[in-house]
Amino acid sequence: MTGAEHTGTRAIHAWLLLLPALVLLIAFTHYPAVQTLIDSFYSTPKGGRASVWVGLENYQVMVEDPVFWIAVRNNLWFAAATIPCSIGLALLMALWVNERMAGRAFLRMAYFTPTVLPMIAVANIWLFFYTPQYGLLERFTQLLGLPSQNWLGDPGTALGAVTVVAIWKEAGFFMIFYLAALQTLNPSLREAASIEGASRWQFFRRVQWPLLMPTTLFVLVNAFINAFRMVDHLFVLTRGGPNNASTLLLYYLYEVGFSFWDTAYASAITVVLVAVLAGIALFQFFVLDKRVHYK
Amino acid sequence: MLRYTFLRHLATTAFAASTALLGVSSSAHAQGTTEVPFYYPVAVGGPIAKVIDGFAEGFMKENPGIKVSPIYAGTYQETIVKALTAHKSGTPPVTSVLLSTDMFTLIDEDAIVPFDNFAKSADDKAWLGGFYKAFMQNSQTGGKTWGVPFQRSTVVMYWNKEAFKEAGLDPNKPPTSWVELQSMATKLTKKDASGKVTQYGVQIPSSGFPYWLFQTLSTTNDVILANDTGSKVTFDNPKVIEALQFWVDLGKAGVHPSGVVEWGTTPKDFFEKKAAIIYTTTGNLTNIRKNAPFDFGVAMIPGNKRKGSPTGGGNFYIFKKSTPGQQEAAYKFIQWITQPERAAQWSIDTGYVATSAAAYDTPALKKYAADFPPALVARDQLPVSVAEFSTHDNQRITKVLNDGLQAALTGTKTPAQAMKDAQSEANRLLRGYK
Repeated sequence: MTGAEHTGTRAIHAWLLLLPALVLLIAFTHYPAVQTLIDSFYSTPKGGRASVWVGLENYQVMVEDPVFWIAVRNNLWFAAATIPCSIGLALLMALWVNERMAGRAFLRMAYFTPTVLPMIAVANIWLFFYTPQYGLLERFTQLLGLPSQNWLGDPGTALGAVTVVAIWKEAGFFMIFYLAALQTLNPSLREAASIEGASRWQFFRRVQWPLLMPTTLFVLVNAFINAFRMVDHLFVLTRGGPNNASTLLLYYLYEVGFSFWDTAYASAITVVLVAVLAGIALFQFFVLDKRVHYK
Repeated sequence: MLRYTFLRHLATTAFAASTALLGVSSSAHAQGTTEVPFYYPVAVGGPIAKVIDGFAEGFMKENPGIKVSPIYAGTYQETIVKALTAHKSGTPPVTSVLLSTDMFTLIDEDAIVPFDNFAKSADDKAWLGGFYKAFMQNSQTGGKTWGVPFQRSTVVMYWNKEAFKEAGLDPNKPPTSWVELQSMATKLTKKDASGKVTQYGVQIPSSGFPYWLFQTLSTTNDVILANDTGSKVTFDNPKVIEALQFWVDLGKAGVHPSGVVEWGTTPKDFFEKKAAIIYTTTGNLTNIRKNAPFDFGVAMIPGNKRKGSPTGGGNFYIFKKSTPGQQEAAYKFIQWITQPERAAQWSIDTGYVATSAAAYDTPALKKYAADFPPALVARDQLPVSVAEFSTHDNQRITKVLNDGLQAALTGTKTPAQAMKDAQSEANRLLRGYK
């Protein structure tokens, strides 16, 4: 057997091994993405009328659609709040439950519980937290003598209310990654730091935090994607209301696609959403990745 | 060797499976069985799936040539998504229960056939004529019948008799007009020492689908929100604005909660005595009967210029892309399941309104109503009820109206401004359907 032949067989083997994953990826990710891009340049087929080439008209509609821009603005607020808050909270919780103390296993489980629960079930519970007059939150604010507040029914607070649910849901999930990373850190680092007389904060800032960077990058990518992907709770809590005050991009996309049946316009929104997410992911992998310290 | 055996085994299994499949289809062919896949949603509590399966079995026993397979498809929204996607890919269910308001959408997608294709004999026509007119308004357009009423509901008013007594009102006299509603709600509103409201007089939910609840106000103010052909809306009609103003003013007066009121928690607000009068669907009757810790009443929606309330709920539709044989079989099934005895049974089991006057004359429903008179309120309201709001491009127009209503209720816009904006947006969307 010559070397070239050997390489050829190896290549075939490699492709064969890649084949199952490749078929699934192409059939369910790449082909639909390309088809969506093509659809976004056509009109929506309705009944007897077939779709026709309309060029950039769907994108034109998007630029002029006020609800789309409300959804974009809301989503940016949602991302700006959920990403830092959930990561910060996750880190804080992980550092805490990493300590040796009584009831640690119970605490870890308690923090992780929100992740395990289905979002729709969670949203139904939160619906009663936010209920005016006798909701859990209302009982609490009543004790403090604060005025009654309709959290989900007021345009000023609806978006904030759904954001809090998302943070609560996500923080526990990210905590697990931080906890796993913290436990792989070499204990001798801590001993060395204490011999050098480093304070707790210095130890975190100079040792733990840099070593956690790979985890932070991974969590950050996930948090970004989730900020545009997590809309399940809207179906229960506000349905995007009142008057679009809590609409997020993906929720609006669902409405356009499956309530209005304007599939062409929905395709155009999808293309924009995919482009934005891909851009963020590429930036994170190629720019941020260089600044991350790997062991 | 091992691989060879495995492949041979696989081939044998595949062959066996395909023969089995062929066997089924050929034997089905031999007996002339017509398959009728049937999608249905579940939108209320109760053993809906069990009841539907029972009906299908009963029908198949009487009609051995037809195989009805009920398929639970989720909520109304999920069901229409599944049915329309299946239609677009060429294999829709033969029949499905979908919202009556989806009629125009289904026609525009060229997804359904009218019942007039099948209802040819005098008996058939009598059957179609037997349903309440209020339900048929959402089922007919352009002189054709596109849907057959099945799981239908309407909005009614529930009131807490104890709260009425405490406020010095006659517990057996609910408000019958806007004026009475306003004055009774004022008396029923309770405040604590710090001036905070502990019990609102009246609560009309406005999350999700506020247009439906708003129709209780617009209809009683003697205005219909859309024309029969679903191509024109009347959002900026002064009577519509006046109706919305009434709703907003109830909130401003402090006798109705401010902002957008959640639909889902409204029955609970009623049980917790946070609202003395609520507007909600007849579908909540069983829920409230079971859970209200006080004596309550059910009444027709208070009128103003006239009485009235919107109907709601689902109709049977027959899909176009199925064989004529399947469509005939589905038609037969729909006719069978909507017969008075079954409609009565369905109403008792689920809390939905029975769809024909004949159903209310059956001994079963008469006995049920004698035990529980509130079950008859919906029937009494039906003669003055109107169609649920529905147009071409329905969900989009509905959203425009919903957004306008919520903008007014949260104080973002004045009622007049909100309805004018909604009107011009709706005009733009509907321009292709004139």
